[in-house]
Amino acid sequence: MSGTPEAVVKKFPHWIEKMSEAIVGEEDGVWIVKPNALRAVAKYLKEKKGYDFLANVAGVDNLLHPNRKEVDRFEVVYHFYSTERGGDYIAIKARANAENPVLPSLVPIFPTADFQEREIWDLYGIKFTGHPNLRRILLWDGFFGHPMRKDYHEAYYEEEHRPYNSRYPEGHYVSQEDRTPWKNNLVFPNAFDPEHWQAPEIYYEVGQDFKNIEKLKTDRIVVNIGPQHPSTHGVLRMIVGLEGETVTGLELELGYLHRNHEKIGERNTYLMNIPFTDRLDYITSMTNNFGYVLAVEKLMPKVVVPERAEYLRVIMAELTRAMNHLFAIGFLLNDMGAFYTPSLYAIEERELILDLFEMASGSRMMCNYMRFGGVAHDVDENWVKLAIELVHNRLPRALDEMEALLTTNEIMLARTKNVGYLSPKDAIAYGTSGPVLRGSGVPYDIRKAEPYSIYDRFDFDLITEEGGDVYARYMMRIREARESVRILKQALRDLPGGPVMGKPLPYMVKIPANEAYTHIEAPKGELGFYIVSDGTPNPYRYHVRAPSFVNLNSLATMAVGHKIADAIIILGSIDIVLGEVDR
Amino acid sequence: MSENVESEVGVPQALRRNIFTTALDAVYNWSRSSSTWPVMFGLACCAIEMVATAAARYDMSRFGMEVMRASPRQSDLMIVAGTVTKKMLPNIVRIYNQMPEPRYVIAMGACATGGGPFKDGYNVVSGIDKYIPVDVYIPGCPPTPESLMHGFMKLHQKMRSQSITNVNWYNKSYTGEVPVPILGPDVIDPREIPAMSKAVRLAREAKE
Amino acid sequence: MFGSGILKGLGVTLKHITTSYLDDVKSIPTRYAGGNTIIRQPMNEEGLFTIQYPEERRVLPERFRYVPMLIYDAETGKDRCTACGICAKVCPAQCIWIVRDQNPDGKPIPESREFYVDIATCMGCGLCAEFCPFDSIKMNHDYELSTFKRYPDLVYDKEMLSVPTTYYAQLYPQAWAEEQERARQKAEAKQKRAEAAAARAKAKEAAAKKAAQIKAAAQKQSSTDV
Ligand code: SF4
Ligand code: SF4
Repeated sequence: MSGTPEAVVKKFPHWIEKMSEAIVGEEDGVWIVKPNALRAVAKYLKEKKGYDFLANVAGVDNLLHPNRKEVDRFEVVYHFYSTERGGDYIAIKARANAENPVLPSLVPIFPTADFQEREIWDLYGIKFTGHPNLRRILLWDGFFGHPMRKDYHEAYYEEEHRPYNSRYPEGHYVSQEDRTPWKNNLVFPNAFDPEHWQAPEIYYEVGQDFKNIEKLKTDRIVVNIGPQHPSTHGVLRMIVGLEGETVTGLELELGYLHRNHEKIGERNTYLMNIPFTDRLDYITSMTNNFGYVLAVEKLMPKVVVPERAEYLRVIMAELTRAMNHLFAIGFLLNDMGAFYTPSLYAIEERELILDLFEMASGSRMMCNYMRFGGVAHDVDENWVKLAIELVHNRLPRALDEMEALLTTNEIMLARTKNVGYLSPKDAIAYGTSGPVLRGSGVPYDIRKAEPYSIYDRFDFDLITEEGGDVYARYMMRIREARESVRILKQALRDLPGGPVMGKPLPYMVKIPANEAYTHIEAPKGELGFYIVSDGTPNPYRYHVRAPSFVNLNSLATMAVGHKIADAIIILGSIDIVLGEVDR
Repeated sequence: MSENVESEVGVPQALRRNIFTTALDAVYNWSRSSSTWPVMFGLACCAIEMVATAAARYDMSRFGMEVMRASPRQSDLMIVAGTVTKKMLPNIVRIYNQMPEPRYVIAMGACATGGGPFKDGYNVVSGIDKYIPVDVYIPGCPPTPESLMHGFMKLHQKMRSQSITNVNWYNKSYTGEVPVPILGPDVIDPREIPAMSKAVRLAREAKE
Repeated sequence: MFGSGILKGLGVTLKHITTSYLDDVKSIPTRYAGGNTIIRQPMNEEGLFTIQYPEERRVLPERFRYVPMLIYDAETGKDRCTACGICAKVCPAQCIWIVRDQNPDGKPIPESREFYVDIATCMGCGLCAEFCPFDSIKMNHDYELSTFKRYPDLVYDKEMLSVPTTYYAQLYPQAWAEEQERARQKAEAKQKRAEAAAARAKAKEAAAKKAAQIKAAAQKQSSTDV
């Protein structure tokens, strides 16, 4: 890995000298930085070394880690990439003590840290000084405890790790409800008396910021959109400050689909997490599998993936990308008021791709197809024939049709051109990725910048659009889907024979203590998995860097100054899936 | 006179009412079950399968259900499609309360039925039936569009088995309203507040 | 020209409308005759796209998975399951509950006494079927499982889960053929081994006989010598 300190030292020999006061040590390829020097190091990385893309911020609780008994309990890890040079990351971390965990916030330098730091405050209880709006983000204000801490036990807690011993060999069925006092999934503080309880007050700061907006002579109002609203793509809630019809401020309330993916993931074994990743971004389950197995394989140096499996992985991932982009366009148009027609056409194509997935893996949506060291099932001749038919005839035609329907449509142009502009600088600063980043003209695609799997063998173009508006993001998706078709044609042509799985791994694999962050270019952007292993069959820390979640950072900037109806399509153009936003 | 006729024809009064109500029931139930409008509201992965059911290939309009209303006031059926989280729970109960009677609830998927794979999670409600009454459960993760439609047919079966004479929503005293849970340190069900307070009081007293 | 884009788009929708309308006209009356048809839609399906469940159904691929089932031998009535517990250990939703059976003196025997799958938490991932070493748990294709009650309807016990091998063979023709093939090979190998062993035994016997003869002869010789 080129992220290891030696490699970094080789790359930047003066780095160490310059930063020697700031750096305390090194662990598993991550620099440990003094908390008070954190901002200086981040600034140095960004301004002097070109590491301008803060991809991932993750908290870790060291309480139960066997190798970290002596160190401070909490730590926050930062992974930096360079959008210009590509290549591997540089990771730094800072530690905070158990009694009063406080760290400086990186929001002033990297605005993308906003949501991620709030998430860490919410789930770990680490405070960030200098953060503009440190509220809980996934849970509600007033929730009891910080659930990702290792000593937090859910109501249905049985054991630290799965598999639970109660299931076998004496697995008399008892529902979890029957084991808890309230017959329900509830944890209350000791001696909690609901009759004397007062709800905390929540204050949303919207409508403050109208520097660039010319004043109207209307009332200022605050409108709440969601969580049940047809155009929030699920259960998202936006609190919008309005001056007339113009958005003056926008605050997001997330967490309505917070399913504790990471907590459950840390109880699971490595294998059990594969079907759970299906449910992250449930439209693109294949790429989620892909990212996760790559992340775990990075920690298992001995595993070799057979050629055929590599090709199958790429084929599935690109089919997913094409499908996702069509789906996203369909629903973007739904938000615009083109009720159903484009999305119906998109779903038609999606159904056919799902048929292929079902044939290969057994399920339409929750494919659970990839395994460490290969894929679960082989595909037969007939499947390949169908896929070739789809890729050569059906998909290009569908994309042409979609373009004929929309690209030059005057209503579409009027609604999307110059709406929701995001400058390249902002796009990087807010940590956006995928079509949103490239739609702002930043040529950063992980498949090109740091090719994983076998993407370096295919001939395809890195698509960018200069517009930075909703229309540019729409065009990005269409053109990227065409590139996917191009990759698919090559992959299906070259698909070699042979096995799809090396030596099958047992259902429990022990992974030596280490840590790594692995990212792939998912259809929605950079999907990353940060895994800390401690030598047991269960991940010690399992963190998902979800593209939709981080992309949402930029929503307020894009929407302020536009009409409220535009805010909806700007949200649509980011293309979020709540399963991934809230996890 | 009528009694005479009755004895002549030999149809007792009770039965006559029955024939009338059976016919009425048939019409009543037929019309209800062939235009069950769902609320347009999805929670998680299952909602995508619900969308697929509404789309061209499975086409929910064959069941008279294509009119998905975004407003609960205009709908008869709530398909709880996806994981119910604690944070979302009060909203779901509110939506349920806003629906006019007769209203039906389908718990679609393992999550809505019993918490599903995320059952252990700290923010997950293990089954929406703990808070609102559910008519049909559809297991599966996610249920394929076909199994969702099978659930619809089950629901129609339930509707057809009801009779206008004894359904409770024409009863004046009946509201069917569910108290909206409160987000405290954890979800507080207003129906359980007295019991909880009492338990705390008892514990305190025992200590003293 | 302003408006040409909209017209172009309308052309696309018009094409869709006409193709599906013509398709529909063509398919009268067979399409509306009812009955039970299984449909396989080709990859270039256009026009009328709807599958009219429940009269028409999609072909389910062999790997289709919905919820688990337990297989018992149709002839002997014996479960394939040996209560090894691997499925319960691999299940990500932890919804398999197994009680291993015991013989009268309390020793565990390879058979399950109780077997539950909580369908209301099962995520249909198929890992249980994938990791079962005895091919005894497989994924059922039956998706019409909706019920009016959660308890006890959706906690499947052994009786609900059990299906005979004949049913399995029907759902999974390919896997079944492979399994039969493997069994046949195994039996063949076993027979071969047995034959080889018999031959070896025979050879040994012959050798022993010969040795005995030689020995006897030698003895005779030696006795004559004496
Ligand atoms: S039942 Fe499965 S598919 Fe449905 S919401 Fe839950 S996890 Fe998603
Ligand atoms: S399909 Fe998956 S979740 Fe269901 S019983 Fe099998 S292993 Fe468990």
